[in-house]
Amino acid sequence: MLVGIFIIAALGLNLITGLCGQLTFGHAAFLSIGAYTAAILTRDYHVPFLASLILGGLMAAIFGILLGIPVLKLTGDYLGIATLGFGEIVRVAFTNMKITGGAIGLAAIPRASNLVNVTVFVILAVVAVVLLENSRFGRALKAIREDEIAAEAMGVNTMWYKIQAFGIGCFLAGISGGFYAHMLQYLNPNDFGFLKSFEILNFVVLGGLGSIPGTIVGTTVLTLAPEFLRFVQEYRMMIYGLLLVLMMIFRPNGLLGGVNFRRLLRRRKQKAAALSS
Amino acid sequence: MLLQQIINGLTLGATYALIALGYTMVYGIIQLINFAHGDIYMIGAFIGVAVVALFHQNFFLTLAAAMLACVVLGVTIERVAYRPLRRAPRLNLLITTIGVSIFLETFMTVLKGPQPTGFPPVLKNVTLRVGTLEFSSIQLVILLVAVALMMGLQFIVKYTKIGKAMRASSEDYDTASLMGININRVISFTFAIGSALAAAGGVLVGIYFNSVSPYMGVTAGLKAFVAAVLGGIGNIPGAMLGGMLLGLAEVFGVAAGFSTYKDAIAFTLLIIILLVRPTGLLGRPIQRKV
Repeated sequence: MLVGIFIIAALGLNLITGLCGQLTFGHAAFLSIGAYTAAILTRDYHVPFLASLILGGLMAAIFGILLGIPVLKLTGDYLGIATLGFGEIVRVAFTNMKITGGAIGLAAIPRASNLVNVTVFVILAVVAVVLLENSRFGRALKAIREDEIAAEAMGVNTMWYKIQAFGIGCFLAGISGGFYAHMLQYLNPNDFGFLKSFEILNFVVLGGLGSIPGTIVGTTVLTLAPEFLRFVQEYRMMIYGLLLVLMMIFRPNGLLGGVNFRRLLRRRKQKAAALSS
Repeated sequence: MLLQQIINGLTLGATYALIALGYTMVYGIIQLINFAHGDIYMIGAFIGVAVVALFHQNFFLTLAAAMLACVVLGVTIERVAYRPLRRAPRLNLLITTIGVSIFLETFMTVLKGPQPTGFPPVLKNVTLRVGTLEFSSIQLVILLVAVALMMGLQFIVKYTKIGKAMRASSEDYDTASLMGININRVISFTFAIGSALAAAGGVLVGIYFNSVSPYMGVTAGLKAFVAAVLGGIGNIPGAMLGGMLLGLAEVFGVAAGFSTYKDAIAFTLLIIILLVRPTGLLGRPIQRKV
């Protein structure tokens, strides 16, 4: 279930970083905005789960767009740094706000996430992202990724598309956060530090930037890896860190980066045809 | 009172500046944000504790030992983890630094446990009074050591051959290597200096706050990084200025009553600076080229 939840968030990040090429280190902040919004709505105001989930996503998207308008002017590392700063500000703010339970955290959130509704949302998210990728919108994002100046010269309103991509990515993060809150039933601002942002970034990069199947595989592997490594106990995170380094050295494009499934299928068909004739 | 706060701010800022220099030098040459840098600072502090506990050495020997050990560590990390990825996409290198950071943090946690340990007394703490001003001898030592190290760095960068090579490489990496500069040596040297400064920062902070913990490098590293960006990343005097400014901003922020938001001050400052002057106070503006 956790895998599914993170897949939703990772798909959002894949849209921003993988497809549109905008580096962001603050994805966990939007996860936490969605999580807290949804959790407070269901816990204190008895809003139905589905509605609070969507509202959490919208809240994350609003914050994403508000941050995106000034910040997306920046490029490359500077954008990453600015979003990193935003992530830390959100964390500190949640630690100090009364409504979020402060540093103690928010407990007694009703449990509403289950395998069924998570799966439904993962499928919805995958379909939406695949459709987006192959639309005019997706092509514009790819153009921005490849060369922003060229895209602008070709008449793509880069700023507008970047903000849209950022908003959608944050919306998905918010939804994922809502599920997360209603699965763990407890939220603590320190769970959404910049390390969480990098964890999600790892999912995307490990799977292969810009690849949707890659994102799914990467998330699955990296979410389950710490569980499988449980037998080494306290050395677990040490090995996890080591694995990250080794992966990057030996598989720099990610597990499925640069693998084009359609071409793979076609090649297999050709082989089969050649064999039968 | 005002002067008092300025002294406190400068002390804090000097330690930020020491760490920030490592970030900025590495970024200047290979455009890499080295997220494991904060953990080198943490390891430096732990080595300081170990040296004092084992050999009862005096302050300067402790400092030198920690710096030396971290030079070895920093260069090894660069050699083993970063160098194979020099030509890989930048994001991969970035994630590698995170992997190294996680590795070092958990390594120390396994070794020492997650609780903070105190720093054994190595400096006599005397309260000095000048008029109404009050500051500890430790603060004075921190400021003096930091300033001495930064002057040493300026000397190396400005007047030695390897310093010249460093400046050339940060100006233009490829051209420098065409001109016969051994880029690998320059990068190793940069990591060595950066790690030494971070270790010094770690020992000084450990003594100042009398606490050393495996996760001390996370926040300190991030803030030092903010300091580097504040001054203009890649710019050595910028990192010093940024560190001092950040230290002052935090101390005055706390004095003004924002103590619970202390950690947010740095990042708010960061976003404002990035929006107004993306390349920092002393950085050169970037030009977009086709």
